[in-house]
Amino acid sequence: MAFDKMELRDIEVWDGNFAAAQAMRQCQIDVVSAYPITPSTPIVEGYAKFLADNYVEGEFVMVESEHAAMSGCIGAAAAGGRVATATSSQGFALMVETLYQASGMRLPIVLNVVNRALAAPLNVNGDHSDMYLGRDCGWIQLDAYCPQDAYDLNFIAFKVAEDHDVRLPCMVHQDGFMTSHTAQGVHTLDDDTAYSFVGDFKPMNDMLDFEHPVTHGVQTEEDWHFEHKARQHHDLMTKVMPKIQAAFDAFEKLSGRKYNIVEKYDMDDADVAVVCMGTSVETAREVATEMREKGIKAGVVGLRVVRPFPFFEIQEALKDVKAIAALDRSSPNGAPGMLFNEIAGALFNTDTKALLSGYIYGLGGRDLTKRHLTDLYTELQANADAGKVLTPLQQFIGVRGPKLQFL
Amino acid sequence: MSEMKKIKNLKEFSTSADRFEGANLLCPGCAHSIIVREVLNATNDDLVLSASTGCLEVCTAVYPYTSWDASWIHIGFENGSTAVAGAEAMHKALKRKGRLKQPERNPKFISFAGDGASYDIGFQWISGCMERGHNMMHVVLDNEVYANTGGQRSSSTPIGSSTTTAPAGRVSYGEKKNKKDMVSIMASHGIPYAAQVAPNKWKDMVKKIQHGMAVEGPVFINAVSPCTTEWKFDPKDTMLLTDLATDSLVFPLYEIIDGHELNITYRPKNVIPVEEYLAAQGRFKHLFKDEYKHLIKEWQERVDANWEYLNRREEARV
Repeated sequence: MAFDKMELRDIEVWDGNFAAAQAMRQCQIDVVSAYPITPSTPIVEGYAKFLADNYVEGEFVMVESEHAAMSGCIGAAAAGGRVATATSSQGFALMVETLYQASGMRLPIVLNVVNRALAAPLNVNGDHSDMYLGRDCGWIQLDAYCPQDAYDLNFIAFKVAEDHDVRLPCMVHQDGFMTSHTAQGVHTLDDDTAYSFVGDFKPMNDMLDFEHPVTHGVQTEEDWHFEHKARQHHDLMTKVMPKIQAAFDAFEKLSGRKYNIVEKYDMDDADVAVVCMGTSVETAREVATEMREKGIKAGVVGLRVVRPFPFFEIQEALKDVKAIAALDRSSPNGAPGMLFNEIAGALFNTDTKALLSGYIYGLGGRDLTKRHLTDLYTELQANADAGKVLTPLQQFIGVRGPKLQFL
Repeated sequence: MSEMKKIKNLKEFSTSADRFEGANLLCPGCAHSIIVREVLNATNDDLVLSASTGCLEVCTAVYPYTSWDASWIHIGFENGSTAVAGAEAMHKALKRKGRLKQPERNPKFISFAGDGASYDIGFQWISGCMERGHNMMHVVLDNEVYANTGGQRSSSTPIGSSTTTAPAGRVSYGEKKNKKDMVSIMASHGIPYAAQVAPNKWKDMVKKIQHGMAVEGPVFINAVSPCTTEWKFDPKDTMLLTDLATDSLVFPLYEIIDGHELNITYRPKNVIPVEEYLAAQGRFKHLFKDEYKHLIKEWQERVDANWEYLNRREEARV
């Protein structure tokens, strides 16, 4: 190959952005079409530098907006090659139209989303508002809790998205600044091992195969639109989870690092459980351990796969608990949090008697402290003991001023 | 494709369906298909095409059918140009990596879009593509109106035209603003080639398309595309309308090389009055009322001034 291999130490000190950029390099992306936005910018900057230093061979198209970034990715993916980009927040919002187009055209693009709040008011810090904005776009969504995950899940993302049975684009989420800009030790794969995991890109219906011209992005009306959308939804709900599980298994064999569709912590005998995503999972795990020392049987359920929603895995993980808190780092105006709704939906029609309450926390980068979680577990235990939810169903954690709550 | 390139004769042009079938849902008399066929027939090279949302797109790729026997993509209203730019980038990447399936092929990358998708909503994307220097051609099917959505004004709609969002009425003569000069704007990006073409002057058009395909870098082509439904004329008169557009100099044919060298490529032997062009179309019908006749005079003055400007630029070589 014409480009140079990069020698990595077994453990490198990387932040989440650089970890994602390194994974993109090792997957040898053919085209990156990108527009910078905080806090995801260093991912595509990393790719640009790798290109400048001949550690990767490809094309970097620095476009004029995030909408154009995904438009370029769609054109490049339809042409037939490995494509990725990164974004956050307002850029993600600007991309949304094209996100539906990418999934509807069944193009295996990987998008690193470094989660950040949505304006107004303008805020550059991490929350999950953009992740939730993407949840109906027809993409697979994987969630990283730390730089190590951000590195590993990129390989999983390409492996699953490019599978010819799947052919759906995939997002890898990480928390803005908390993961993206916090350097930690990351266990690495060497270049050859990493590339061999994702393998060569195998094109399908590619526009650069001139012996077989293809028409991408057709028009349908009421006669066919439903079939296309229903098939896409069905495939996402039935084909993707087994492929993700297979990719997790293969990756564990390769690296020794185990990922699960739903990450359960101390859930075997838990009475009270917190369900959350991103960096909060690690904090909640630490607090759960401390709660156990105080006699509260606490557990944590972390979502690793946000879309398709791990319906059955959530049912299984929460089947024996007495009280559950769904932690949403987003405020879906006019409804309870997404996780609250989806967990309620998953548990309805099951035998569970678990009490469910929702907490909105950490908007715009506000810290979720161990103290918050200690109080929360205590509240859950009180609910469990009382056999009913003693507080309003939906509360906000750590907002100044009068206490805000509803339902 | 190894055979020598040749310019097809008029008969071949009118019947050739090599990459774009006559089987489509475009209105009878629509100039879009004529222009597309003339562009595609100007090359024997393989093609990677896009169409922005609009008449051309919704009428030629209705599942499970397609009128295109060439690689074709549609994403949205605004981003067809960037889709082609992405494909062009992928071609470059795979070529360098030695992964092209047919490395001996030399594809051309072309995006088609209407004036709404080019002058307005797609403007930013096209400007980006031009500025970045992609090896691609953007062709505007300029019918001066949002025809696909039923006749709303675009920034290409000329003054005095009656549209659904700028209708002529008891106190209004319709569109109040003049047509955006898109060719100049695009040429100002310093691109190697920008030109105005018309389907009636097909030899001129083929020459320009071939020039555009031969240069390395972005090319902008603005093609006048008379619209029977929105310009309101008999479908059999498409070419007549195109003749009136070019021969009245309302739609002058010229090219701009490297952003500055302007050449007029068609000088009508008999320049006809603008009034004749306006009179042939229902969208300008109200201008012939007494209270709006001054607008016809202003139209003529504007067209004359523009023609003089183009001539002076050609002469000055700037």
